Amino acid sequence: MILTGSLAKPAADLESGAMIDREQVLHVAKLARLQLGEDEVERMAGELSGILEHVERISELGLDDVEPTSHVIELENVLRADEPRPSWPREKVLEQAPDSADDSFRVPSPQA
Amino acid sequence: MGELLELTVAQAAERIRAGELGADEYFAAYRDVATGDPLNAYLWTAEEDGSGGDGELGGIPVAVKDIFCTEGVATTAGSRILEGYRPPYTATAVRRLREAGASVLGKTNMDEFAMGSSNENSGYGPVLNPWDRRRVPGGSSGGSAAAVAGGLAPCAIGTDTGGSIRQPAALCGIVGMKPTYGAVSRYGMIAFASSLDQCGPLTRDVTDAALLLRALQGRDPCDSTSVGIDGGIELPSREDLNGLRFGVPKELAGEAEGIEPGVRESFERTVALIEDLGGDVAETELPHATHGISAYYVIAPAEASANLARYDGVRFGLRSEGADLTETYERTRHDGFGPEVKRRIMLGTYALSSGYYEAYYGRAQRVRTKIAEDFANAFERFDFVVTPTSPTVAFELGARTDDPLAMYLSDYCTVPMPLAGIPAISIPSGLAEPDGGGPQLPVGFQIAGPAFSENGMLDAAHALERAIGFDASSPANGGGA
Repeated sequence: MILTGSLAKPAADLESGAMIDREQVLHVAKLARLQLGEDEVERMAGELSGILEHVERISELGLDDVEPTSHVIELENVLRADEPRPSWPREKVLEQAPDSADDSFRVPSPQA
Repeated sequence: MGELLELTVAQAAERIRAGELGADEYFAAYRDVATGDPLNAYLWTAEEDGSGGDGELGGIPVAVKDIFCTEGVATTAGSRILEGYRPPYTATAVRRLREAGASVLGKTNMDEFAMGSSNENSGYGPVLNPWDRRRVPGGSSGGSAAAVAGGLAPCAIGTDTGGSIRQPAALCGIVGMKPTYGAVSRYGMIAFASSLDQCGPLTRDVTDAALLLRALQGRDPCDSTSVGIDGGIELPSREDLNGLRFGVPKELAGEAEGIEPGVRESFERTVALIEDLGGDVAETELPHATHGISAYYVIAPAEASANLARYDGVRFGLRSEGADLTETYERTRHDGFGPEVKRRIMLGTYALSSGYYEAYYGRAQRVRTKIAEDFANAFERFDFVVTPTSPTVAFELGARTDDPLAMYLSDYCTVPMPLAGIPAISIPSGLAEPDGGGPQLPVGFQIAGPAFSENGMLDAAHALERAIGFDASSPANGGGA
């Protein structure tokens, strides 16, 4: 993912306080495929800045030699036998779809 | 009838097995009160006893947080984006309860996608605290906690990511346990933050928590991170704490800011009780626990922003049609998600975005390592560490809704444990007056232990519970402690 504009500023700038502005909110919302109303954009900028200001306290810690943890319980290669088995019936899954046709999910055209 | 509803799960199951109580009669009594639900604790209640059978939980109705998929029964995770969704399959946790003889009494209200500490983030209105209906029940498993505390269910299950079982249990005066990560299958449990989410029981006493966990735990081929608890769960019987060592981490107890005087007093009284019961208590430290909230509110939203990408209006739930596919995604998510979920998706997407990934997510994962090391060091000297579960008793509805950070700090004492993957239980330690005065409200006492120490933890909690003598059968009884 390539970002442009103010979002692409280097992480080193964080210590100066990463205040989120309107432009950044709109950019992140685009990445998240999330439409925001005008009032939501304003509120989000303030709230995210406040939360990030708190979160940035972790930049005080010396963490260079610390391994990151992504999973807490030691597990190694949990595999199952590679055997085919029946999946859920197509019609049962399609029942939950907002729209379906020809045994498939139907969506609006990618380009209107 | 009133007396029927005061039985613990262990007592009711015993009477049903002995033929002294009809499973139908018991279920019907609960169905009647659950249908009349004055707390907005339920989003759906069962018409009839559909699945009860033989087994250790034979004839026991269970309230199930609406985050667990139930085949053919509406499952919303508290979100409007899943309104009307009927899953094609059932969560393993629910299936295992049924296999033990229990039946689903209803699906309980919750903060949307389990994001919240007050239940005010539900898309279906807030749950009310049975002790004081102007106050929150805690969250995110607030419906499950309020149902059990309010006598609308004998027991319930919920999920805990940063405190979502323990904190509402504390605020409602009941027992809530977050097992070790991997003890219970997450299959069919709608994902919030996959490396933290864990299912656990909310009950009136410790024995009932053990009964439910005994049925819930176990390896599941459908969840490759599930391992179960070696040797299963024994019912607790311990009555003393002789020879057990308890550490009080100064960062989460003695020196912590923001702990209400009433909560502190109840905590100190309970620590004295541990000593009376023969336990050794000493101060310890968890130097990185103070950074738990920061690490948690990067890791959980980051994982959530990925997990919630699936709500796009294509395969299930709400669709708000736009001019093209992208606009359909964007409008569906605008219309379907509430403010807190949007906030966390934005926070998580930002923290994972290029140029920020290492500064936020990478650092948070390293803090996570340090927090796990802190606990490991403490457990070299201590069997358990103990803290208040929540810095405050139940707060008033609306008190923290305008300040997301203040709401996040409700989880101060509960987030370090899931970050380290370790189990913790909250038991009621008495009542305390809230800051600013008002009627007395329940206080929770938290016991955390090393990974897979559930049996010892339940035993210790059982001994302590007996000594505290809290009457959790109904808020109407005033708690009794």
